[in-house]
Parts: sequence; structure tokens; C-alpha cells
Amino acid sequence: MTKRTLLSTALPALALSAMGTAAFAECEAPIRVGVLHSLSGTMAISETTLADTMQMLVAQQNEAGGLRDCEIEAVVVDPASDWPLFAEKARELLTVHEVDVIFGNWTSVSRKSVLPVIEELNGLLFYPVQYEGEESSRNVFYTGAAPNQQAIPAVDYFLEELGVEQFALLGTDYVYPRTTNNILESYLIENGVDADDIFVNYTPFGHSDWATIVADVVALGADGRQVGVISTINGDANVGFYKELAAAGVSADDIPVVAFSVGEEELSGFDTSELVGHLAAWNYFMSADTDANAEFIAAWQEYTGDDTRVTNDPMEAHYIGFNMWVAAVTEAGTTDVDTVRTAMYGQEFPNLTGGTAVMLPNHHLAKPVLIGEITAEGQFDIISQTTEVPGDAWTDYLPASAVLVSDWQELGCGMYNTQTESCVQLTSNY
Amino acid sequence: MLRCLFAVMMVLCTVTQAAAQDLQSILQTHAEEVASPSRNSVGTLLDELVASGLPQVPAFLEQWSDKNVWQRDDGLFFIGIEEDDVLALRDVDSGEDSTAAADGFTQLKPNGGVRRVIATAMVQFQLLDPDLTRRETAIASIARRPEAAQLAPLLASIEDETDAALRARKIQLANILTARFGETVEVRIAAIESLSADVSVEARAVLNQILSTREGADIEQPEGNLARLLNPLEAPDTYYAKLVDADLAPAPQSPDDIRRALEANIVEGRIGDIPLVQMDDPTLRIAAYAQLADAGVVPALITPALRDAALARHVFYDLYDEPDPQITTAAQTALSSVEARVGAAQVADLTLDALSLASIFFLAAIGLAITFGVMGVINMAHGEFIMMGAYTGYVVQLFIPSYTVSIFVALPLAFAVTFGAGVVMERLVISRLYHRPLETLLATFGISIALQQIAKNIFGTQARPLTSPDWLAGAWVVNDVIQISYIRIAIFVLALLFLGVILYILRRTRLGLEVRAVTQNPGMAASMGINPDRINMLTFGLGSGIAGIAGVAIGLYAKVTSEMGADYIVQSFMTVVVGGVGNVWGTLAGATMIGFGQKGIEWLNPSNTLAAQTYMILLVILFIQFRPKGIVALKGRAAGD
Amino acid sequence: MQSSFIARNPSVLWFLLALSAFTVLVSLLSEAGGSALISTSFLKTLGKTLCLCLVAIAMDVVWGYCGILSLGHFAFFGIGGYAIGMWLMYERTAEIVTTSLDSNILPPTPDEITDAIGSQIFGVVGSNDFPLIWAFSHSLTLQLLAVVLVPGLLALVFGWLAFRSRVTGVYLSILTQAMTLALSLHFFQNDTGLRGNNGLSGLQNIPGLEGVPQATVSLWFFWASAFALGAGYVLFSWVVSGKLGSVIRAIRDDETRVRFLGYHVESYKLFVFTLTAMVAGIAGALYYPQAGIINPAEIAPIASIYLAVWVAIGGRGRLYGAVIGAAVVSLMSSWFTGGSAPDINLGVYVIKWTDWWLVLLGLTFVAVTLFFPKGIGGLFDLLPRRKGDTK
Repeated sequence: MTKRTLLSTALPALALSAMGTAAFAECEAPIRVGVLHSLSGTMAISETTLADTMQMLVAQQNEAGGLRDCEIEAVVVDPASDWPLFAEKARELLTVHEVDVIFGNWTSVSRKSVLPVIEELNGLLFYPVQYEGEESSRNVFYTGAAPNQQAIPAVDYFLEELGVEQFALLGTDYVYPRTTNNILESYLIENGVDADDIFVNYTPFGHSDWATIVADVVALGADGRQVGVISTINGDANVGFYKELAAAGVSADDIPVVAFSVGEEELSGFDTSELVGHLAAWNYFMSADTDANAEFIAAWQEYTGDDTRVTNDPMEAHYIGFNMWVAAVTEAGTTDVDTVRTAMYGQEFPNLTGGTAVMLPNHHLAKPVLIGEITAEGQFDIISQTTEVPGDAWTDYLPASAVLVSDWQELGCGMYNTQTESCVQLTSNY
Repeated sequence: MLRCLFAVMMVLCTVTQAAAQDLQSILQTHAEEVASPSRNSVGTLLDELVASGLPQVPAFLEQWSDKNVWQRDDGLFFIGIEEDDVLALRDVDSGEDSTAAADGFTQLKPNGGVRRVIATAMVQFQLLDPDLTRRETAIASIARRPEAAQLAPLLASIEDETDAALRARKIQLANILTARFGETVEVRIAAIESLSADVSVEARAVLNQILSTREGADIEQPEGNLARLLNPLEAPDTYYAKLVDADLAPAPQSPDDIRRALEANIVEGRIGDIPLVQMDDPTLRIAAYAQLADAGVVPALITPALRDAALARHVFYDLYDEPDPQITTAAQTALSSVEARVGAAQVADLTLDALSLASIFFLAAIGLAITFGVMGVINMAHGEFIMMGAYTGYVVQLFIPSYTVSIFVALPLAFAVTFGAGVVMERLVISRLYHRPLETLLATFGISIALQQIAKNIFGTQARPLTSPDWLAGAWVVNDVIQISYIRIAIFVLALLFLGVILYILRRTRLGLEVRAVTQNPGMAASMGINPDRINMLTFGLGSGIAGIAGVAIGLYAKVTSEMGADYIVQSFMTVVVGGVGNVWGTLAGATMIGFGQKGIEWLNPSNTLAAQTYMILLVILFIQFRPKGIVALKGRAAGD
Repeated sequence: MQSSFIARNPSVLWFLLALSAFTVLVSLLSEAGGSALISTSFLKTLGKTLCLCLVAIAMDVVWGYCGILSLGHFAFFGIGGYAIGMWLMYERTAEIVTTSLDSNILPPTPDEITDAIGSQIFGVVGSNDFPLIWAFSHSLTLQLLAVVLVPGLLALVFGWLAFRSRVTGVYLSILTQAMTLALSLHFFQNDTGLRGNNGLSGLQNIPGLEGVPQATVSLWFFWASAFALGAGYVLFSWVVSGKLGSVIRAIRDDETRVRFLGYHVESYKLFVFTLTAMVAGIAGALYYPQAGIINPAEIAPIASIYLAVWVAIGGRGRLYGAVIGAAVVSLMSSWFTGGSAPDINLGVYVIKWTDWWLVLLGLTFVAVTLFFPKGIGGLFDLLPRRKGDTK
């Protein structure tokens, strides 16, 4: 909750990997990887895990011989869940520590805060969390899901498999739910759902008084058609929401809920017996049954020394992003941002859930979409897995964005208007 | 849909029956569908399974639905349960048991939609099943997906039903199905009329479905059961778009279309006779477009006048899907009577919600009312005492597995913990600051951030579960509209209890007398032999202890996090201030006003809860301007500040 | 007159001297000043700290001198930031949009330009229309006026209502806290038209200065902040000295008695409340272009409480105390939470400052309130007269 935390001074904690330096004797200077995740404040709960993941990945890479004969050094700074501080720390990473790449951020507002800095100083950022799209920066690779890689497939599942005809879009009042719901509303209307059959509600962060809203959702059923809830409710507020739903006797068979912000990590704070059968859509579930995933989970639990630690979707995003970056640097033979950026396009890396992720010229990944049912153990039963879906920076379902495409490889523009055939702007819209 | 599929399958089955003597072979002919079924296509398979008449089918369906069917790598299906990578397998036909390593098998996970279709298919087996829970499952399944074919078996099963509650439920459900699928008009109308007093979601659902309409536009009014005619001039653009969709009118041009048409027709820097540079004027753009249209290069512009003329030439209507007007009229009458009842019930439900919210605010604020109101001490750490109480509950649950016992241990323990913390804080900090009330505010704020951070360091930032015992799960259901969860009722009762206890302590006990004396005039009280230090300490401990108990209650219905106290502190202060300081009744009035006010605003704007909170605070600010002393103002010397 | 003002307020001269020396020193050590001992990110931090010092002295005047413990002054700071942020966003976007529309074949109509700007600014929050409160965002002059007038007007109306009803003491504190809570909740809503939780971002890119490197822009803002702090210090020193100052302090000590003496207490309080709100607005308008982003979390009630904490730790009732408090506490917070402070290994338990700093701050705060009500500034009383001032 610190708000006026202002300054950064002097040296941040440098998390040096435990590798001996002898193996990297030929190297002039180590390659530096900036890790920009909050270690304190409200976002620490989610972001600390990612900072740890990055350090584990760096350590693994060093054990495997480093990168271009150099040791990789993780520079970890703490933006303390304070949005202006994100910008400040990003500047510090790029100018004071001269990192070659940054892995970091969680939430749109933190990303919008660092964008101007990264673009001004021509840095490189890997953003690992699902987000609302409508953005494409030359200096950012989005390894999390765009709406068409999470929200749209989930809605398709509701329409096709569950036969839902009436939708309640419940969200916390901030940008990701707002934009996602806007996209979903116009997607649903395009798919023949009447505007009157869509109920939208926004609640504050940490909302706890859910009785009236749950009653409103139940009342939708009075039309005699299947009701489904699309939840972009964030964080703690979910606890009260699912409790109230269970208290009202609403089971997943009556009104299914699909959540976009509830993963393995969040479930550890719930009594999951009340949630069984409800859904979540992600690009990764810990329960995915592949060898690569088993290996990743084992490495993670060994690294943290806790064999109950869960893995989640943004961790896989960092895993893919980091490995792609390593491959791109190896291929480019340098860590120069522009060269690496060009080498990133078309990079392939196997997903933990099977199949292969591909980096597209719009700086998004092609990844499979998974839908899971919550089990009593706090895990997800994967009941649907698509083939790789290419991430779309600009949604096709909002009129203003439908005409825009992003292609940094051929067009050299992240916001290209296909109608006027011109580049709207080279910097991103922050 | 199922019925016609059924007919087709009957024909097909007679052919395949000879080959498919056992369940496995039927499954194998549809292996792909069994392995990854979809709601829309699984019907074929189910119909065939049911038509086979094999006795092992119901058991298989049940297991399949419970995700207990596995496919071996060679494609054969087994019923199986996994334990430590070993599968206990049962053959689908012979029921023969065996075990195998789970490696060579894939678990089948039919999704929720498929499970629902399976449940419908199983209804006919379960309706007359001797097991009560199976029969209940069947009824629940019918309620979820009512189908015409279910009406006859449902009616037939009523007579032999032994369980009274289930029998009543069956009759109710049969009635609902009859309203929609009954054989004759008379039967249906009778059923519909009987629903006019039923506010259940199911009854309203069936009435709404009978009254389902489709929209249309045409030159003339169509044949059929007309629901209503629509006035297109209410939203001309929307209705015109419908004409365009129905190919009854040419598409209108958007400003973008006009721009593109102009761009495509530039001749020597001019469009028509208007120079290109003047095209930043929208009226000139339209003029240029009109010239192009006159020249026949582009379609004519749809002006508002043209649009309205086109609208006037057509009728817009809603047609009932149900062809018989008698039935729709009856349903309409029944529905409007139901809706009147629902409206009343919603008001009642909202009142219950508001009462519940008020009781939560009251519980959160009552401790503060004592410390702030009675002692004039501002305790910013009050929210953290609530948090401490909630974490106490969480810790107790870690040690005591029984939720019922743990709650009864947690409540007094939370009181004890926060009472202690309150007394310590009073002794160490507050007692030194009695003459500087503004500084108590700051000092307790320091304690508040320290306590919050300590809780974070100990318990982490993740929300912690505090689970209510089973007898507090669920809700008290009057009908489908009016219901309230037991946990909220419990909080309400707790709030009433505290009101009583505190009133008793303050009015009827020696301690209360002394507290009031110290509140009104500490100097005089001291000279009468009362020890003000002791009284202050006890009062503060009492207020803090109550906050701890409130914490357990709030944690039970919402969440336990290190920041939960901060969510309530401003709200609680406002409750106390609005109600009037120094009076328990005032706090009650304040909580009631804020609870009802917030629910009222939410009701006016149901899609934005945040706005409701904002406006509520504004109302409170305004209210205090006009009644600075709150609803229940103290009179006399104690009121002076 | 001038000499007597200085003579009555020797701290003004010392403060201005120290501030000038500090400014020159920082300028020389900055990247734009040649030697890059102070990085641009640290320079921005210093500039922001000066703005916080400015709002802290405003807080000191309203609380330390006039006795009104306002727990809502950071709201005015935030409004100032929003006001300037609206112009910055509009103007930057307008430039991008007009350049992009120039490539169209037809010259754009005014509607097309507005729509394009609207969808650029509000596209990220799922809307395209310009809300009414953005009506003046195209004009720097009007938005600069808004920086002063909107907080001023809000303070005037709020103060008039509150003081008129004789809401005083802790009631007033809670009321001001409710005000900032309502305001932050209001800004949190997307419907308000200030981009909800995302707030206004990219504010460090000043339209018209695209060619100037951030190192230079930051230095200019640092100078502007230093100037504003200096001017604010002089202004408030003047306000709290002389007859006006005596009345204000008398109100703090005994409001009723001042009223009986025939002074219109409400007017004085309203004057101080409004003036400090306006200065807070100016401080915010200088702060957020350096921070780069403003969002509703900035004006949450906790921010205003921290403001009071700085003033209390620095020492109430003396302007330089507020400056010291704001600078020391905010710089220390960053140092401790930034992970640069060494962890203390106790053997059984490692104290990580990122985790324990807030505990330390909270307890320090209790200790200061209990044992050093004069704060850090009180240390100067121990020094012989006419010696040493500020840092």
C-alpha cells in the first residue's frame, strides 16, 4: 500500500546466479536481464512468483552454458505495486543497469506506465499476463493471451458446448474487464445474442457484498434460457462472489461461471469445494499431462523448495518468452534490441501443454486455448483444448479496431489502418 | 429434436442391432464421439445406447458423466478409477474387475454441456429408480432441460412416488411441462392459469417461453398470432437497418462510405465541381456525393427523409411463436399477475439485502462507536482489529478441523485477542494522548499500517479461507426471488445480540454507569471515586474485542486478507458520524441509513456498484453538512466539544 | 517592508539559499549538466520530491498553523495532475492523429479529427466518445487555469459547507477523508471519462518538446518544481506571519475565543483551506508530468494520511519542518522499499526491509507523536539562534 514511494537510489538487489564465473571467462560483460515485478504492495502476491520464475529460468540457462558464452545476470528491482514507480524503475534498468531485456509487469496500468520509457530508450519488454489487447508496441512482446486467445474461445465454448443464451458479464471496474466485456458484447451480438440478453455489472476491487448481484444473475433465468456468467472479477473479490453463489444454491450445472482471472495460484485461497465444475480459460493449466510440464513443475518445486507450490499461466508465458529470447539472441549473435527483435519473428518453442508456440510479426504468440473445470483439489480438469490460436493485437469485433492490424516485420507498424493503408502511429497508444 | 432423432435411430438400430450385441461394440462404432463428445452431436450416440435396451447402459452413462470412463490406447473403453497411477478397471459389459497401469489409458472428460444431455437421457431410467437421490437427480435434470417427451413418463411416475416432497415437486414440474407441451388447449390453459401465483424462476421461464416472439418487417401485416405492432419512428436507424437486413431497402451510407466513394471519384483535383481542398467541410462532402449520385456513379444518398419514407411503407411487428391466441392470452394474463408478485418480492428481497448490509456495517462500526463515540478517541487501527479477529478465526481453523467447534472457539478467542491488543494499545499509546484527539488519530494510524504490514509478513497477501460450518451454508429460501444466505442471517442475529449486550452493559451495569460518568465529566467522575484510567482501558478493550468478533463474522461471509480492515474503516467512521456520536442507537440508525441508502442507489443503477458507493459517500457528506451532530444528537454538556 | 518580512522570517532567506544551492548542485551533476552523477531517473525523483515538499508546506499551513487536520489535501494535488494531464494527453494525441490523417486523400473534417483523437485516448478503455469534462482539454491556458481553479473551487464549496455548519476537529478530518475517498472512487469509474483505473499516462512526453531529450526535460521540470517550492515557501511565510498569521494561529489555539473577539473565523479558515488547495493543485500539476502517469489510486485516502504523517514527522507549525518531513520520509521509503537497504540477518530470521519498512515507519510515527511532538524540525530549537537552517 505504499503510495508515495519515490526514489530509487544506488544499487538494487542484484540477484546473481550461483554459477561459478570460470566457465564464462571469455565474456567481457555478463548479459543482463531485468526483472520488473512488484515484490511488495498489493500486486506482490502474483508478481513475486514471476520474479522467482525468471530467476529460476536464468539459473537454468546459466547451468546449460549461459548465452553466447556469457553468463546471464538477473537484475531484480521492486516497483512496489506503484504505477509511477514502474516507469521510474524501467528507466533505471535501461539507463543505470543497462539491461538487454526486461521481463516484467502485471496489469495494464503498469504496462501503460512503462511503455513511454521503453519506447523512448528503445528497450525490450516481455509482458507475460493476459490482457485486453488494443495495443502493439514495437518494444514489447506480449506472451500472455490477447482477448481472442482467452475470452473469445471461452464464449464460443459457452455458446457451442453449454448452449448458453443469456450472458452475465461481471467484472471488476478497471480496464481489462471493461475492454474485454466491450469486445465480448459486440462479439455476442454478432453471434445473434440479443443486446437485452447481456447483463453487465462492474464492482470495485475487493468487493464483498454480492447478494444483490447474484440475485440479479439468477433472475435472468426467468426467461427460460440457459444463463452463463463470464467473470473478469479480479483477485480477492472472487472469494465472496463464489461463496454467495454457493449459498444461493447455484451450481455449475445451473449457471456455469467462466473466469479469466482465476488460476491455480488464486484457487489456493479458496475453499474449492464450492467451486467444483465452474470454469476457467487459460493457455496453460498445471494439470496438463505432458513430459515438459512435469519437468517444469518438478524444477519449480525444487527451486522454491516447496512441493506444494503451483504453477500457472503467466509462468508458462515467461518460460516461453525467455526461451524464445535466448534463441533469438543466439541466432542474431548480439543482444542489440533491433536485431533481436527481428530475430524474434517466427521463433518457435514447444508449449508446456503440447504443440508449439510461434512468435508472430504482431509481437503476439500463437498458443492453444484451454478450458478447465475446477476440481475439489484446487486444480483444473482440462475439458477442451484448441489448436494454436494466433494472438490478435487489434480485435476484429470493435469497429474502430477492426480496420487496424499490427505487423512489425513487413509493414513496420503496430497500428496500421488497412482502410486508408497508412500507419496511424509508430509509438503505442498509452 | 430428440424425438425425431429417436425415430431415425429406431430404423437404424434394427439394422445394427444384429452386429451390436454388447455395449462395447456400440461404443466402438462411435469411438470418436465417446472420446470427445460435443453437446450438439452426442444425441445420436445416446439415442442408440438407449435404443439398444442393454441393461448395462444406465450404469455406463452414470460413470461416463462422472468422468470415470477411460479409453485404452487400443481404443477400448473401460470404467475405471485411478489411484496412484493404477487404474481399478471394470469391463463395460461383463462388469469384470481388473487393474492396470494408468499410462496406457486416457480419461474421458465430457464437458458440462454433454453431461447435461447425458443426464436428460438418463431421466427415463432414473424416474422410477428405487434410489431416492437418483430420482431427485432425474427431476433436477428435467427442471434444467424440459423436453416434451419427458411429460408422459413424468406424469406416469407421480402415482408411485413414495417421497412426499419429491412427489410435490413432480406435480409442480408436471404442471410446468403441461403448460408448454400439454396435448390439448384446455389442459394447457388450465396449467397456465395455475401458474399465475407461482413466482418461481421455472414458472416464469415457461410462461416467457410460451410468449416467445420473433420480430419481422414486411409490406403488409402478416398472418399469424400477432403479439404487437411496433412504431419504427421511435428508433428510425435501428428499424431501417432491419429493413436493410431483410433486403427491403438499400443500405444507408455512413460518413466513412461517403468518404470512400468521394476518394474513388476524384477527377483532376475535384469531385464533381467542388475542389478537393474544401472536403474538410461535411456539408460540401454531402453536396459532392449528391453530384456523384446524380451522375449515377454512386447509389443515391439515403437521407433522413428517404429513410422515414421507407419506414412508413412497411409494418414492423412481433409474432408469437405459439400459433394459438387463446394460449398466449392466458399466458400473458398469468405472467402479468406473476410479475406483479415478483415486483413485490424483489422489494422484499432488496429490503433483506439492505438489512443484511446494515447489520454488517453496524457490526463493523459498533466497536468504533464505543471507542470513538463514548471515549472521543479516534482509533484508525479499528479496521486492523477486525482483521486480527478474522485471522484468529483462520488460525483456529488450522488447528480445529471441525468448522462448528472452531467457530465457537474462534469467537471468544477473537474477542480475547483483540481485547488484549486494545488494552495494550490504550495503555501504551492512547492514554498519553487523551488531550490531543487529532494526534490519537495519527498515532493509531501508525499502528494501523504497522499491524497491516505485520499481518502481511505473517500470512502473506493471498486471501485466506475462513469456512463456515455446514449448518450456516445455503440460504433461507422463501421463494425463488426472496432468499438470504444463512451466514448473513447469522451476522444479523449477531448484530442484534451485540446491540442488546452493549445496551445492557452501558445501562444496567456498574461498569456502564462508570463509563457514562467518565464520558460526561471525567474530573467529576474521578472525584466520585471512579478510576478513569481503569474505565478507559476497559471501554477501549471492549470496543476492540467487539471488532475482533466482527472480524470473524465478516471473514465468514467474505474474505480474510491483511487489507480487509482498511475496506471498512472509512465506512465505519461514517456510520458512527452519521448516526451521531456517543450513542449506540445512533450507530444503529447510521448503519441502517447507509445500508438502505446504498442498496437503494444500487437498485436504481444495477450495473455499477462502484457508482452506488460513490454517491452514498456524497450523500453522507451532504447529510453531515445539514446535521453535523448526526441523526441522534446528544444533548446537554456531553454534547459540547 | 521586505526587510521586515525577512527579519520576521529568517528561515525564508536560509531556505531560499539552501534551495538555490541544492538546485545548482543537482543541475551540475545531472546528465544534461554534463556530468552524469545523477541519473535522469534520480533527477525525476528529486523533482517529484520537491513537489511533495510543496504540498507538504500547504498541509502544514492548514494543519500546523490553522489547526484543520485535512485528510483530503492529496485529492487537490491529484486534481491538479489530472487537469494538466488532460491537456498533455489531448495535445500529444492530436499531433499524432493530425499527422496520420494527413495521409488521407480527402482533408479531414473536424468530426473525423475529434473521433480519431477520441478513439486514440479512450480506445484503451473501450470507448470512443469525448466526455464533457474534456471540453477544454485542447487549450493549455484553460487547463492551467483548471489546475488552480478546480481544486480551489472544490475546496471553497466543501469548506464553505463544512465550516458554515461548524464541523470541526475529528469530524472535519473524517469528512475530508470521505471527500477524497468519494473522489477516488469516482475517478475509478470508467464512466467518469478519465480512463478509470488506467488513468492518464505518457505524461512525461511534453507536446512540442519531442526533440528535447528526457534528461533535459526532467531538468526543466526540476527547476520549475524548485521555483514553485521557493515561491510557495515565500507565499506561505507571508501568510503565516503578520496579523493574518496571528489570527490563523489563534484559530488553531482557540477558535471560540477568536470568534468572540469579533473575527469571522469561517472566512479565515475558508481562505486558508482554499489557498492551500490551490497550491496543492499546482504541486500536482508539476509532479505528474515527472511521474508520467496519474491514476485514481494516487488520491486514495491513504495518500492524504501519508501527507499528514510527513508533516508530523517533520514538525508541525514550521514550514521547513514540513519540507524536511516530506523529503526525508518519502526518500527513505523509496530507499527501503527499493530493495537497496541491506537485509538484516538475525540468524533465525532475516529482516527484509521491503517487508518490514512499513512496520518501522508505523512505529516511528507512533513514537514521534508520543515523544517528539515537534518532529525533526524540533531539533533546530536545540541549536543556538541564527544558526543553520533546513538541510
